[in-house]
Amino acid sequence: MKAKTIRLTASYLVLIIFCVIAVYPILQVVTISLRPADRLLSTSLEIIPENASLSAYVQLFTERPFLRWMINSLLVSLVVTVTGVSLASTAGYAFSRFSFAGKKAGLLSLLTTQMFPATMLMLPLYILLIKLGLINTYIGVIIIYSATALPFTIWTMKGYYDTIPYSLEEAARIDGCNQFHAFYRIILPLAAPALVITALFSFMTAWAEYVVAAQILQDSDLWTLPLGLKSFESNMTTEWGLYGAASLMVAVPVIALFLALSRYLVSGLTLGSVKG
Amino acid sequence: MAQVELKNVSKIYDDNVTAVRDVSLRVIDKEFLVLVGPSGCGKSTALRMIAGLEEISRGTITIDDRIVNDVAPKDRDIAMVFQNYALYPHMTVRENMAFGLKLRKYDSSEITRRVDEAAAVLGIKEYLDRKPKALSGGQRQRVALGRAIVRQPKVFLFDEPLSNLDANLRVQMRTEITRLHQKLQTTMIYVTHDQVEAMSMGDRIVVMKDGLVQQVDSPLDIYHHPVNRFVAGFIGSPTMNFFTGSITRNGSPAFREAGTSFTLPLRTDTPFGENREVILGIRPEHVSMKEQQGRPRRKVFVDVVEPVGNEVFAYFSTGSGRQFVARLSSDDLPSVQEECEFVFDPSRFHFFDATSGETLRG
Repeated sequence: MKAKTIRLTASYLVLIIFCVIAVYPILQVVTISLRPADRLLSTSLEIIPENASLSAYVQLFTERPFLRWMINSLLVSLVVTVTGVSLASTAGYAFSRFSFAGKKAGLLSLLTTQMFPATMLMLPLYILLIKLGLINTYIGVIIIYSATALPFTIWTMKGYYDTIPYSLEEAARIDGCNQFHAFYRIILPLAAPALVITALFSFMTAWAEYVVAAQILQDSDLWTLPLGLKSFESNMTTEWGLYGAASLMVAVPVIALFLALSRYLVSGLTLGSVKG
Repeated sequence: MAQVELKNVSKIYDDNVTAVRDVSLRVIDKEFLVLVGPSGCGKSTALRMIAGLEEISRGTITIDDRIVNDVAPKDRDIAMVFQNYALYPHMTVRENMAFGLKLRKYDSSEITRRVDEAAAVLGIKEYLDRKPKALSGGQRQRVALGRAIVRQPKVFLFDEPLSNLDANLRVQMRTEITRLHQKLQTTMIYVTHDQVEAMSMGDRIVVMKDGLVQQVDSPLDIYHHPVNRFVAGFIGSPTMNFFTGSITRNGSPAFREAGTSFTLPLRTDTPFGENREVILGIRPEHVSMKEQQGRPRRKVFVDVVEPVGNEVFAYFSTGSGRQFVARLSSDDLPSVQEECEFVFDPSRFHFFDATSGETLRG
């Protein structure tokens, strides 16, 4: 009994420590965004500081093109998400279900691309986009983000399809479906958790990305949120209040998306379909 | 009318494995045909080729005189019940059953009528709004049957539909499928590895081994007149007893087991010559402990006795060490680890060629 209590206390202690480590920076950003002046450091431990003000948030939406950056980011991220989900769901299905020449090599090369650091790919991608005339365009970043996210998402989708019994598609094909209908009407709904992971991963790949965007999107009208945020920092000063407020606002769509999609992140969707 | 015909059908996989070899079969209208054989004999592959789920490497398959080799499964007018149910887990029972009809753009009132009718026949009316995961194994298999029935197809295909059910439910469902066949009067092709299912359900049975058809006949003909040792051994439970030996003709004909002194007198009209090497097959039920006039008796050492209620299985071995099983009446309970006298019936003996295993007709 005593040993159990000690074990439980130790577990909670470890969890609390990690929770504090995870939550503290976010609370600190909240505090900074609410401080009346652009002060990064303070001796106060208050989360809501003295003379707290929402002026940074007001300024963000009224005096700065924050909404513009958010719309740009949403546009890029949503297109990357739709592209990622469409291509990963179909490519993963092909890798899971069909035998074709180069299947193994294809899967391996997708895996290999994940082994190179993204920065190493910057120069060749930059040259490629120049030759294609896609520098300073959304299409340029969308192509790169999609291509970066696809290997992981294709593997995720393939892995999930592998767990769905093949006999479900066979039953559907006998019931009146062709291969595509069987995929669309039977397999895809059952792969909802993997689709959600794919969607979130694709969205996040584009939403919070800075390095690629900084190289390709040179026109400030095309800036996405990470580029916009960076603009609050200049050689002489950094607008910490705006920086903090913008950082928190950037997280809002991601949280909303996660909450909207989390109900699909359930296990056991294929329960009852086959004996097992 | 729905007649299915396979002409010289073969299935060869990419790695040169031949699953089905040159199978020719004709399933007549309204017939219940059972494909039976051990695992890997090609029975399921043959069924899947009829369904259109496997490509045909050679030969032709016709359904109602129409060659369907290149016809998609959905256009063959067949329904299939899978071993593992293959129900759509995200749909309710009603949606599962209606799925095929919806795809074929049936009127919603007609869909409701058919689904309700099938559900009533199968006793699953109260489960129509449940998802498959909320059903037991037997109920799921009933839903799978219902999904096939509502389509009213020309041909029903069953791929070992009962093998995932427990013993009692299997017997119950077996009767239900037979009853269903009598009611629907539709051509049905049924795959199983269970010879009891095959014997009890089929109008005709196709016994397969290594991708080859061994025998096509009615259940009783297959049981009483197997064409070779494999069929004789596969059909019947417990399996037929086999003795390898030769014929002796010192006065009256007899069989002598190779390497032992175990002999059995044969009928006087036995046509085989002296020293002819044969395999003698005796079904367990053709051995008894009741003395019968003119039938040979032999004393053997009984090592195991299995009373199963209405009958008793007695195991003994001959000098060669080969196990022999006798199916006895429950009144005849032999003593274990003792010598008992058994009576054989030479008129029910089967003879097979020692080399080819083919049945030798006397």
